[in-house]
Amino acid sequence: MLVVSVYRYNPEKDSAPYMQEFNIDTKGADLMVLDVLHLVKEQDNTFAYRRSCREGVCGSDGMNMNGKNGLACITPLSEVVTGGKLVIRPLPGLPVIRDLVVDMSLFYKQYERIKPYLLNDTPAPAIERLQAPEERDKLDGLYECILCACCSTSCPSFWWNPDKFVGPSGLLQAYRFLIDSRDTQTRERLAELDDPFSVFRCRGIMNCVSVCPKGLNPTKAIGHIRDMLLRNAT
Amino acid sequence: MVTNVTNFGRSGLSDWLLQRFSAVVLALYSVFIVGYFLTTSDLDYAQWSAFFQQTWVRIFTFLSILSIAAHAWIGLWTISTDYIKPTGIRFVFQAVCNLALFTYVVWGVQVLWGA
Ligand code: SF4
Ligand code: SF4
Ligand code: FES
Repeated sequence: MLVVSVYRYNPEKDSAPYMQEFNIDTKGADLMVLDVLHLVKEQDNTFAYRRSCREGVCGSDGMNMNGKNGLACITPLSEVVTGGKLVIRPLPGLPVIRDLVVDMSLFYKQYERIKPYLLNDTPAPAIERLQAPEERDKLDGLYECILCACCSTSCPSFWWNPDKFVGPSGLLQAYRFLIDSRDTQTRERLAELDDPFSVFRCRGIMNCVSVCPKGLNPTKAIGHIRDMLLRNAT
Repeated sequence: MVTNVTNFGRSGLSDWLLQRFSAVVLALYSVFIVGYFLTTSDLDYAQWSAFFQQTWVRIFTFLSILSIAAHAWIGLWTISTDYIKPTGIRFVFQAVCNLALFTYVVWGVQVLWGA
């Protein structure tokens, strides 16, 4: 028997959030946390959470499992359960809409702010803008981000200033467009980031790196952005 | 671009650079002054005073005082914008920090070039 303690909050009827315990029979299998949530929902169908692909692709089931952010669908119990207990909470720092469902507006706003699309002011070619294999290689480790928000919601700097600090996820994407050989707005993009909050609020503690389910490294990308700002300005 | 007027330099980059630069100055000064204590036996007032009569020691010390002020200002400003959300209280905190640091700098000049 696995004791699963889940965060419950329905603002329409609860005056405050509370933790609710469920006893789940896993039949000895090393289930994924998401499977366990389905079993919880079988016991109480008012329990709400997001999920879609159930294979680590869509990024919709980011949550806090025994204190660490991750995707429930690709996190086996053996990786997180200690002492037969599993504590599930919503991603920290974002407003809770209901149970594990959080309001991601600020997270998306920061993503939107870095203009996550190619900007190119040269005439469009007949077919497509070509890129050398080496130029394309620079995007590896950046484009794979699925915007699950596990990183940004484990970052203290993002907790304190989610409206001003872009956060690890947004900055990883900012760098993805800064080094794309097909983008011509590098200077404008950099100028947009050169204030004390957007990039420089990163304190380099690497919480983001330790939780990214895709194994990406936002801290490294942030370091590259800082180097670009420095080279641009000195 | 997030606008603000209370940070030290005008850009995040200049604050960041200054924070690094001042940290290096402070590290060097710490090694220097500890080294002086370790290599000087029976230090008395006359020796200490003569040491600070040298122009380069005064300049290095003053640079360190300025570094402390800049380093502390950037650091405390950052802390205040992280943890103090009400604007009024944050502003007062920043003003008090500024005033204290300014006082230290002026006082430092007085000590170094006074007597
Ligand atoms: S390294 Fe930077 S972005 Fe990553 S968690 Fe730490 S402060 Fe946040
Ligand atoms: S960088 Fe990793 S943790 Fe952050 S949003 Fe992208 S995939 Fe998720
Ligand atoms: S359900 Fe899509 S990433 Fe987990």
